[in-house]
Amino acid sequence: MKIMVNGEPREIAAATLKDAVSELGYGEAKVATAVNESFVPATARGATMLAEGDRLEILAPRQGG
Amino acid sequence: MPDFYGTHVPSRLMLGTAQYPSPAILAEAFRRSGAGIATVSLRRETAGGKAGNAFRELVGALGVHVLPNTAGCHSAREAVTTAQMAREMFGTDWIKLEVIGHADTLQPDPFGLVEAARILAADGFKVFPYTTEDGILAERLLEAGCEVLMPWGAPIGTGLGLNNVYGLRTLRAQFPDVPMVIDAGLGLPSHAAHAMELGFDAVLLNTAVAKAGDPAMMAEGFARAIEAGHLGLEADPMPPRDMAAPSTPMFGMGLLS
Repeated sequence: MKIMVNGEPREIAAATLKDAVSELGYGEAKVATAVNESFVPATARGATMLAEGDRLEILAPRQGG
Repeated sequence: MPDFYGTHVPSRLMLGTAQYPSPAILAEAFRRSGAGIATVSLRRETAGGKAGNAFRELVGALGVHVLPNTAGCHSAREAVTTAQMAREMFGTDWIKLEVIGHADTLQPDPFGLVEAARILAADGFKVFPYTTEDGILAERLLEAGCEVLMPWGAPIGTGLGLNNVYGLRTLRAQFPDVPMVIDAGLGLPSHAAHAMELGFDAVLLNTAVAKAGDPAMMAEGFARAIEAGHLGLEADPMPPRDMAAPSTPMFGMGLLS
């Protein structure tokens, strides 16, 4: 299915958020996720089903003021 | 030294981690400043997660408290979601809450700020709101559950110093027991000294250090100014007066004219 990942269109086979994060190449990287502008804790990724057109944000620590 | 939500912090300087010429210079600036808190953010990660991991290691090695921000958020909802993600990512319930009202001035949106602060405080966050010197807004933020206030000195990144000294002095007097941090707009160590002389508990800055020609030296300059300003406050300064008053005694002066 086609979803948006960090603002870019991506085609994925995974059905759950947990599998999508893995499929997209984040592996064991420590990231925080949100689907359709709502936070999804790491512990809930396995039970979070993705749907066509979902907007996924994958964030990580960066410099800040 | 300041106490934020029951946590003693061994420095009155809070330092941002953005815009430094290199990670090594960032680390050196922290070392020479003695800053006790580092502000950080969350941004989009690329596959592999290398950038996030490297930055996490860099900040971890600083040995300071981490204060994640919601920089760039323009709505309460966006800020709340960012805060939730930051809590998981950094393992802290501290959050520097920014809800920006205008992209050019980076002025806080007071309505969104209070709304987000209420939601986050109810969810167990310890909120550090980036706010203005407005006393009514301060009252609303305290009612919402904030136990720290961070009024701006001037808009973020301007380096103008304390733009509204009267307003800041009034805010300090209105809430004498609330820990307050001057956040944003400082450009020179003297600005930080002034904030200390007004009785603020700490200052938070980033650009003034990171964009200096020698960031580490500037960081130390701020640290010394903060100490000087705080000593000045504690020493109970003389009251100012309009008319001159000679410091050398007139008694005993020779008649020489």
